[in-house]
Amino acid sequence: MTIGLSQALGLVLRRELLLSLRRPDQLLQPLVFFLIVTTLFPLSLSPELSLLRDMAPGVLWVAALLAALLSLDGLFKADADDGTLEQLVLSGIPLGLIVMAKTLAHWLLSGAALVVISPLVGMALGIPVSAFGTMMLSLALGTLTLSWLGAIGAALTVGLKRGSMLLSLIVLPLAMPLLIFGASATDRAMGGESPAGALYLLGALCVLTTTLAPLAAGAALRITLE
Amino acid sequence: MWTWFYRLASPPSVYALSGRLAPWLLAAAACLIAFGLVDGLAFAPPDYQQGDAFRIVYVHAPSAWLSTFAYMLMAVAGAIALIWRIKIGHAVAAAAAPIGASFTLCTLLSGSLWGKPMWGTFWAWDPRLTSELILLFLYFGVMSLRQAFEDPARGDRAAALLAIVGVVNIPIIKFSVTWWNSLHQGATVARFGKPTMVASMLVPLLVMFAGFMLFFVGVLCVRLRAEVLNRERLATWVREAVAT
Amino acid sequence: MTSGFLAMGGYAGYVWPCIGFSLATLAWNLWSAQRASRAALERARRSIAMADA
Repeated sequence: MTIGLSQALGLVLRRELLLSLRRPDQLLQPLVFFLIVTTLFPLSLSPELSLLRDMAPGVLWVAALLAALLSLDGLFKADADDGTLEQLVLSGIPLGLIVMAKTLAHWLLSGAALVVISPLVGMALGIPVSAFGTMMLSLALGTLTLSWLGAIGAALTVGLKRGSMLLSLIVLPLAMPLLIFGASATDRAMGGESPAGALYLLGALCVLTTTLAPLAAGAALRITLE
Repeated sequence: MWTWFYRLASPPSVYALSGRLAPWLLAAAACLIAFGLVDGLAFAPPDYQQGDAFRIVYVHAPSAWLSTFAYMLMAVAGAIALIWRIKIGHAVAAAAAPIGASFTLCTLLSGSLWGKPMWGTFWAWDPRLTSELILLFLYFGVMSLRQAFEDPARGDRAAALLAIVGVVNIPIIKFSVTWWNSLHQGATVARFGKPTMVASMLVPLLVMFAGFMLFFVGVLCVRLRAEVLNRERLATWVREAVAT
Repeated sequence: MTSGFLAMGGYAGYVWPCIGFSLATLAWNLWSAQRASRAALERARRSIAMADA
């Protein structure tokens, strides 16, 4: 009995979500990390909201980037360790699809979660409520793009000792454009200007990675798993 | 029809050919670089705006060109190896990486030294130097990834994929950094562009470009031999080739 | 005239170190490539010796 592609996607996605939801402590970790990193900045700079406000888009984005990055390490690792990944590959489901499902699950549980608590952090950094919409939209697009880029990095480093450091080294330079566009969008929204340009560019990046990253990550898995 | 190509690209012939070419390439490079330096430093007229400081272009520009060219070469060679399974591509990519990275570093150093008299500061996050810095990070990523695998063949393939991903990103990075920089131009310094060049300034620059290119290919040949040997150590042709 | 050349119109402190860095990069490349070549030869010879033994 063969199943359709979208069915396969749904199955793997469901599995990923179920597995993660059974470990609620692991779900909270990226969120807590996000909060902690955000707190580091006022501690090291100044509690002055006026100063923090200027830096807020950057701080927010760097914290989100690092939080998402940290949870990427486990994208393929657990399944690679216990052989599930090989089984998935052998099952005949296209690798790109497996990557898509796992990455989407990862994004829903970390990136999207970050977007949901971002107003909290935004308030703490002095971002005006009027900019929240742009902030959340840019974070949503940005974290999704980052999940895709991270999937490529995770696929390349799965099974390597100290792969997580290498993962960050690989993914962060690739993530710099999305950081630029995302922080800029929030910045412009805060300044009362239209963030449309930056958001479109961010959207374009998101579309590009959504289409190409599953291919690249699938190819990477084929190389590293064999 | 392609057999001549496959024969040419075979490890033993690449090993022999690069061994023969390297000394000539390097010698020619030395002549061109010497001529270019003397001409550019001593005989070219000083720039109207930047005075004698513009002479840094004679080493900075070829260096910057090589840093990008080497990355492209690395990505293309890796792609050829991945797609058409022409193994020599991996050796070329592995050989090109450290050379390209060293020129990226040189570009950053000469760029910031050039920046000091022009901008008043050694580092001003200008788009070109920032892109160059990110390029250095990309190089480190590829080189580290290659080293991280116990199985060198796997490391080669992973590094090739990463280089391809990187090469797709380079235009995106350049665009985003330029965009970012243009947003914040207000307070910062005026960009010093390429000085408008007359022939007597341009000739030594072209000579330097040619010299650096020949140097790159020459050093690549030397490294390529080492990379080929490392990958083909157990092959029969190697016995004859390395016999003293 | 040579003193003018060395002074580089006052920018000597920037121009000459740049030339220095570039020449150092060229030199490093030559040295490093040679070293890699020698190491590879050594390793190859050792492999052959071990295979023969």
